[in-house]
Amino acid sequence: MTTAAPVLSDRVGLAPLGWLTLALTVLLAPHALNQPAWVVALALLSVGWRYMAARQGLRLPGRWLLALTALAATVGVVATHGTLLGRDAGVSLLLVMTGLKMLESRTPRDAMLTVFLGYFVVVTHFLYSQEIPVVLYLAAAMVLTTMALIRLNAVGPPPTLREHAGLAGLMLVQAIPVMVILFLLFPRLPGPLWGMPQDEPAARTGLSDSMSPGSISELLQSNAPALRATFPDGPPPAPLRYWRGPVFSAYDGRTWRPLPDFPYSPDPEPPLAPGTLTYSVMLEPHHNRWLLALDRPASVPAGARLNPDYVLSTRRPVHRLETYNLTSAPAAPLESELNPQRREQNLQLPGGAAPRARALAEAWLAETDAPSEVVQRALEFFNREPFRYTLSPPRLDRDPVDQFLFESRAGFCEHYAGSFVFLMRAAGIPARVVTGYQGGEWNRAGGYLLVRQSDAHAWAEVWLEGQGWVRVDPTAAVAPERIEQGIHAALSGDANVPAFLRRGEGLGMIMTLRFQWDYWRDVTAYYWNGWVLGFGPDRQREFLERLGLGHLDWRGVVGLMVGLLLAVAMVFGLAFLWRNRRPQRDPLARMYRRFARRMARVGIAPHPHEGPRDFAHRVARERPDLRDAVTRFTRTYEALRYGPDPDPDQFKALRLHLRELS
Amino acid sequence: MKLSAQILEPAVRWLTRREHPAGREVTLHRRRIYIVPTRAGYVYALMLVIMLVGAFNYSNSMAFMLTFLLAGLGANSIWHTHRNLLGLRVSRMPLEPVFAGEQALCRYRIENPSHVPRRALLLIRGDIASEPVAVMDRSNTIAHISLPARRRGRLRPGRFTLATTYPLGLFQAWSWIEFDEAVTVYPAPLSTRAETAGPGDDSREFPPLVRAGGEFAGLREYQPGDSLRHLDWKALARTGDLYTREFEEQQGRDLWLDWDSLPAADTETRLSMLCFLVLRADAQRARYGLRLPGLVCQPALGPEHRHRCLTALALFGQSA
Repeated sequence: MTTAAPVLSDRVGLAPLGWLTLALTVLLAPHALNQPAWVVALALLSVGWRYMAARQGLRLPGRWLLALTALAATVGVVATHGTLLGRDAGVSLLLVMTGLKMLESRTPRDAMLTVFLGYFVVVTHFLYSQEIPVVLYLAAAMVLTTMALIRLNAVGPPPTLREHAGLAGLMLVQAIPVMVILFLLFPRLPGPLWGMPQDEPAARTGLSDSMSPGSISELLQSNAPALRATFPDGPPPAPLRYWRGPVFSAYDGRTWRPLPDFPYSPDPEPPLAPGTLTYSVMLEPHHNRWLLALDRPASVPAGARLNPDYVLSTRRPVHRLETYNLTSAPAAPLESELNPQRREQNLQLPGGAAPRARALAEAWLAETDAPSEVVQRALEFFNREPFRYTLSPPRLDRDPVDQFLFESRAGFCEHYAGSFVFLMRAAGIPARVVTGYQGGEWNRAGGYLLVRQSDAHAWAEVWLEGQGWVRVDPTAAVAPERIEQGIHAALSGDANVPAFLRRGEGLGMIMTLRFQWDYWRDVTAYYWNGWVLGFGPDRQREFLERLGLGHLDWRGVVGLMVGLLLAVAMVFGLAFLWRNRRPQRDPLARMYRRFARRMARVGIAPHPHEGPRDFAHRVARERPDLRDAVTRFTRTYEALRYGPDPDPDQFKALRLHLRELS
Repeated sequence: MKLSAQILEPAVRWLTRREHPAGREVTLHRRRIYIVPTRAGYVYALMLVIMLVGAFNYSNSMAFMLTFLLAGLGANSIWHTHRNLLGLRVSRMPLEPVFAGEQALCRYRIENPSHVPRRALLLIRGDIASEPVAVMDRSNTIAHISLPARRRGRLRPGRFTLATTYPLGLFQAWSWIEFDEAVTVYPAPLSTRAETAGPGDDSREFPPLVRAGGEFAGLREYQPGDSLRHLDWKALARTGDLYTREFEEQQGRDLWLDWDSLPAADTETRLSMLCFLVLRADAQRARYGLRLPGLVCQPALGPEHRHRCLTALALFGQSA
């Protein structure tokens, strides 16, 4: 009977609508960066209209118009995204519907639903970015949304702004312990629950799955991190910092491509070579199906496999930050036996291309039989002739290899690696192009190596009898400082490079500050990425192991979680009861108890049945020395307790009398 | 609705078996406060489940974080909603008599001894709710809820609910409150003219009412309810005290409102008529007495007398 929901006024007031409008505007507007302009505009317009309707008496659209708009918007979403499913279309739809729901909100119940949709909009922002500034912005938006929710329920006299904002903030802060416990202990499942929507950002940065002129130089312009690697035993020496990515063996005269994959995996177990490196990698999403590893990988992380070219490949594209542990054996041989088919594939050359390069290779063959000698000749060639390392080489249109080797002689790693492999194949030595990253910046504070997109590199591998694949970096023959000190050093004279790449030159004040800023920002990003964004099943396990709880199965973890939640609830409950406890007993009674304690110390305690006056008489009899003081105290006490008008001065006097007794 | 009432009624009785109608004041202790999710609370929970599934699908850490934060927020609102009622002191205010067919206004004083304002408090009885009120910290507010008075007699407002969903609207906390109180419902006044008088004659049934202006008899101290017209202004100017001039009235000029003198009609109609007559006599400041079967109110004048007479009518034929 009486549990019926309160019969609230059936109209939302202007003030709650104002707060809701503010919160939704803050939530919707930034989606202009990720969403079609019309979607955000329609949503914002609907919200604004609803507010103006309440404020200025603007007419609200009728049911039919709303239904039509919703239908048209749905069609628009399909037209824009080509689908209703997936991240972008889903978010578009949510934004439009949130706006329209707001427009349709007449009752408080509608408005509550709109607030809930607002909370959903918060989540959708995280599908695009989880960077710290975004999170801070959304935290502020959460406070506003919660304020809107509170204001909606504050029927009757409204709270002051201070009380209102304070309550929203307090409630959110008090929710944090629960959030932390759930975040750390709620069982996590690996991977998506259903087919991962193919959501890829429009602009991808990272190595690509083929190498044609210019593909790497674009990357070199980017300061974005590619991966961060933690080495417990300190950073690997600079010459070993070759991060192996896609390997290309097929060449059509212009573009290098990988061989078609086939399901054969070499045995990754290395002979226990000295100098094995153990480390963990945090790989930025690059939306391709490989993981990067220090040359050459000697273990395979879960969910990946080693392909015949010794590239770690994954089943799904890396759409999220990926964390994995690895060992690498830089000195271990790679494919000591080359079967005829693979030998053939790594000797293939497009017919008729680069006649001068072929002639040069044949000239070397005429001089020596030993493949290693030929390799040496080629490197000497690059070293001796006036080759230049530059990020802005002239365009090569006719025959890229011949033009580069004999005319322009200006280029960077992809030109050197590509033409070197061409020369080797022309000389009958199996060779291939390896792309990846070379170098990295050691971050002492974070204890990790930061590899940026600008560290992208291409080098060559030649197959030598008895040694297997051997890494040869022709760029090193031209610009050794590129390998030893990184790309900044190699480009110090080149005017056409971004400022950040010229970090090596005379570090001015500004550059130093900027460098420091970048440095610490990257440390923050490292921990944020590693422990917050990358917190998945693996990290959770690792976390439990660090706590010494590695033996718990999921039931144990859930038990622990529930226990901790109950503990939090108990702490809250106790704090809550403490704050709402009954008011202090009356101060006069407390005074008398203190008096009684003091007297007990002298050896005369009042009996429970004894009134103050009787007690005073007894004291007067037994301790005449205390008679006056006790009489004074008792008289004042009686006056305060039973007298007509208690006087604050009397209370002070009582305190003085008590002090006289000690 | 019917079914839920059938289930709810015994449940409520069982829950409140230790709560007895309070005399004057009720303090909302922990044990008196009940709390359940509202419909919006269930929708909120559903939203959290959907968010969680999305977070799993995208393995999105911040989505997990937000979902869990909202879960914490929802759980936290249990405390806050509960706290919005905790420790409030509700006391009843005197109930003013009403006439049958009117709305009795039940007023309750809500006192907040704590340092936190309490907001969006509603009194609910049946399907009638009061205007929401707020009680500021260390302060009090009077909330009122109307109660339809359909029949004359003593109306017991019975149990009502003090409820709130503040601050988030996800949970509703409430407490059942019942005071040992009753409102006197006078019969609805019914004009005698329509019932009894012939055309053009409205005074046949009753003697003409005495106007002020009998023989001056002397002064007595002013009593509340005395007409200002009878004030002795000269005495006021002289002494600064209020005196009423009394007029000699003949015994026979007292007005008797007599049950037996009314045309035969059923009890309730007669009572309504008498009610009307009492009101008219009172308005015209005539001394009147009331004679009912088994009960006589001696002629007098003033609000107390009026109340006595109307109460006699209200309770006629009822025990207590």
